[in-house]
Amino acid sequence: MHSKLPTALSDWFASRGWVPHTHQLAMLDAATEGRSALLIAPTGGGKTLAGFLPSLVELTDAYPTPDGLHTLYISPLKALAVDIHRNLEIPIAEMGLPIRAETRTGDTPQAKRQRQRRTPPQMLMTTPESLALLLSYEDAAEIFGRLRCVIVDELHALENNKRGDLLALGLSRLAGLAPDARRVGLSATVAQPDRLRRWLSPTRDAGDVSLVLGEAGVEPRIEVLETAVEMPWSGHMGAHAMPEVYARLRDGGTTIVFVNTRAQAEIVFQELWRLNESGLRIALHHGSLAPEQRHKVEAAMARGDLDAVVATSSLDLGVDWAAVDLVIQVGAPKGSTRLLQRAGRSNHQMDSPSHAVLVPANRFEVLECRAAVEAIRAQTLDGIPARPGGMDVLAQHILGTACSGPLDRDALYAEVRTAGPYTDLPREDFDDVFEFVATGGYALGGYKKFQRLFRTSTGTYEIASRTAVRDYRMNVGTIVEAPTLKVCLGRGRVLGEVEENFVNYLTKGDTFVFSGRLLEFVEVRKTSVIARPGKGAAPAVPAYVGGRLPLSSHLADRVRTILSDPKTWADLPEQVANWLDVQRWRSILPPRDGLLVETFSRANKHYLVAYCFEGRNAHQTLGMLLTRRMERAGLNPLGFVATDYVIGLWSTKSCKAADIDALFDEDMLGDDLEAWMADSSMLKRTFRNVAVIAGLIQRHHPGAQKTRRQVTFNSDLIYDVLRSHEPNHILLRATRADAGAGLTDVRRLSAMLARVRGRITHCHLDRVSPLAVPILLEIGRESVYGAAIDELLGESAEALISEAMDNAVTKELGFDAA
Amino acid sequence: MRPDTASIEVASQSITLDHSGAAWLMKTGDLLVADLHFEKGSAFAARGQGLLPPYDTAETLGRLEKACARLKPNRVICLGDTLHDLAGEARMADGDRRRLARLVEKHDWVWIAGNHDPAPPADFGGSSTNELRVDDLVLCHDVAERAPDAGIAVGEVCGHYHPKATVRVRGQRISGRCFATDGRRLILPAFGAFAGGLNAREPAIARLMSGRFRVYLIGPSGLFAFWHDQLVPDPKWAA
Repeated sequence: MHSKLPTALSDWFASRGWVPHTHQLAMLDAATEGRSALLIAPTGGGKTLAGFLPSLVELTDAYPTPDGLHTLYISPLKALAVDIHRNLEIPIAEMGLPIRAETRTGDTPQAKRQRQRRTPPQMLMTTPESLALLLSYEDAAEIFGRLRCVIVDELHALENNKRGDLLALGLSRLAGLAPDARRVGLSATVAQPDRLRRWLSPTRDAGDVSLVLGEAGVEPRIEVLETAVEMPWSGHMGAHAMPEVYARLRDGGTTIVFVNTRAQAEIVFQELWRLNESGLRIALHHGSLAPEQRHKVEAAMARGDLDAVVATSSLDLGVDWAAVDLVIQVGAPKGSTRLLQRAGRSNHQMDSPSHAVLVPANRFEVLECRAAVEAIRAQTLDGIPARPGGMDVLAQHILGTACSGPLDRDALYAEVRTAGPYTDLPREDFDDVFEFVATGGYALGGYKKFQRLFRTSTGTYEIASRTAVRDYRMNVGTIVEAPTLKVCLGRGRVLGEVEENFVNYLTKGDTFVFSGRLLEFVEVRKTSVIARPGKGAAPAVPAYVGGRLPLSSHLADRVRTILSDPKTWADLPEQVANWLDVQRWRSILPPRDGLLVETFSRANKHYLVAYCFEGRNAHQTLGMLLTRRMERAGLNPLGFVATDYVIGLWSTKSCKAADIDALFDEDMLGDDLEAWMADSSMLKRTFRNVAVIAGLIQRHHPGAQKTRRQVTFNSDLIYDVLRSHEPNHILLRATRADAGAGLTDVRRLSAMLARVRGRITHCHLDRVSPLAVPILLEIGRESVYGAAIDELLGESAEALISEAMDNAVTKELGFDAA
Repeated sequence: MRPDTASIEVASQSITLDHSGAAWLMKTGDLLVADLHFEKGSAFAARGQGLLPPYDTAETLGRLEKACARLKPNRVICLGDTLHDLAGEARMADGDRRRLARLVEKHDWVWIAGNHDPAPPADFGGSSTNELRVDDLVLCHDVAERAPDAGIAVGEVCGHYHPKATVRVRGQRISGRCFATDGRRLILPAFGAFAGGLNAREPAIARLMSGRFRVYLIGPSGLFAFWHDQLVPDPKWAA
């Protein structure tokens, strides 16, 4: 047994018949040297224990066991914090260690929180939000003064978003309160481990964080399902393949069926139950379901009481279930990193491969699934562009810091810069955010008398009122939910929550699928949707959309490669290979590095289809820009529709060959982009989030309980006024930065436009090409963008929407496709 | 070009609805605006409810100046809630005060009292009243607060309700401020930059209208007419 382990621990390992993993001992070595460490390992293989082991050793070695908080564990999921706590109690109890471990989340009762502040446990499991809250207390220094270790779990899920920003700032604060605490990061396999090390490092230097790699598991076995039925031309649900998926469930042992959206989860779940002749125990898990319901499913899964669970990204993170035999991914995986992580949810034994089956939902997705399998085989992962920390989160942090006591502005700036995402934060930006927190930061100085922070005669800043403290604590956190309503069955059970936007579309008597049931909409009462069990087979209203991830650049690149090279088609399903063959005959194949643009006319409309492969979001932006440009060119564009692969636009006048290059000229990313972005609802939504996180608008304040609807409306008005009067205000700068990063896409677009310059191949066709069929079929199914709002209003004011054109196209295309 | 005005009749009086949110009585040269809510932003700040941008008054004044410059009214009539609260006048920035004073000086000016501002601003001149009659039209802040005996044949024009409308077009929801009228009554949209809105299908508005009514939605550059039953209602938020 390893000599570094105290007897109690080595005996415990032995009693379980375990030998410490190499990476567990490496973590121990790093801790002994007082170094921070990042452990990257696939799920399974004792990753969590590796994180806690050094703390267990320290606490076991010390006699008497030191009082005070020793180890802080932070997880992105409340449920995970609770689960880890439960797992940790096992060795503690079995070894009889005098260690108190507790959980603290938003659900922790007030009395327990109070006690945790007075006498902290040695180990505390919490979330980034609860940490921020703890740090805002006046006694934060006492609570954290003796801290020796901070463990951040699922670091890969926090490193690149605002929750991660909040946590990074919290860590910078902790480093001030407990300079000796080392940091431990636990992460799934990622493309850029050094970025995670830098994020985690207390010194901004990645070299100060030891990198520990878990034993690589056996390469996963991933196959693409070949369907016997006709492969759909479009759509994302994958319903056609459900009999084949069901057959896999019957033979496959315990299975997780991952899907890409909540709507898809509902539909797949319904379909599988419809086919469920063998009475398999199939459950449903997604983020809109009530927490209790999700916990029940998770517990049943852990007990081995389920044959299958249909899940969205809600199960991407979290509790390990050793018993999962198979992972089925319905719909294309959108990225190889995500696929690898999802596949890793099956078979957590390190010595046997995990097994995943990909189920493409349409023809393009076949190519994408193929690309993903190749990527996994070649072990290439998606790189995610780094983004600087959010200014809104910084504002929240400054206010929180002021809540804990007087603060020194210069010292805080220095401290903030030790947080990974804020390493390069310019002093001017910090000062602007600081001014925003203190006085609103407006050029018009009328608000000096309403300030939130005041400057004392010694030059420090103090919070101006208890109200500000209370507001901070009620609004802490970076997750700004879309407004939602509870879904209740009659007057009874809460099934979960739906986005308000979806409810707006329902009228009494409409049926919809939710929580695996067919429901009939009755009414909205207070903030609840009242529904009753629906009758009939098919829902009248499809479930809500949203939550779709765009195709990663890395996979897009691989898809383009497959498409452009017929030699690689040999092992494609026959109908897909045929489809591509006909494309070659009718038009040409999209080239590897250039851009294919097809134009054709039908039913007095002129279509333009561009094979960009840059993902839905980038295509939506591109669609807006192209539409503006076509408007100026007098082509009278009517609308566009975007998928992950292709963008299609239509207009009343045809686009001449000579115009194509100009249409796709890079300079569209200049003024047009600015103008469009400033007006777009995307920017307003982003502003709303920024305004809420930064504390300009409050989600919650006591007494006057605002509905979330009002928050939305007010923020639009504020946005418009601020934009016209102080366009450079820090919150607008933060909004623009977020919008640029959030949709990733402007960068993707500009890279694409640069790449294809001078390499655009234009094919004018006498009819729609095979590759263009899917996008035309999306018209009427996807929301259609473009056509200025005035245009839409004009259209509907006269005669409400006519789908006739779309139906005609569909019918004719059906003929074409045959 | 989209039509940016609409001509309607209220109790046989012709009224032009302006894209700015104002109503225009061409015959008398009266410009009607409602619910300017000056200093709403600073009212929030004063109550510690967030440091909203202090530009709403300037923005609203700008809109009003533009409408006046374009339509050259003889008289401007503010249909109540001109100030968000009575203390608002004192919080107004000097520049904004001068701009408002200039406007009042250049036109005949009438302040109709609203629930937010039962008294008119003290420093700007103009006359004040609870309601005003122009030909066969009664102008007031809230029609529901009028005495029941106040004339049957006349039309009424009011503010107070901040109507807005939502329509669904091709899968998109489009919302904006709107005018609402049944031919006898006309409710103006809020003119103020920070004034929120109430869905025109809410009972508070619908019950003031007799039967089917018209709604003129203010789009980015035009006015668009709908029947009220073509609009999307909000989910019902009970108190």
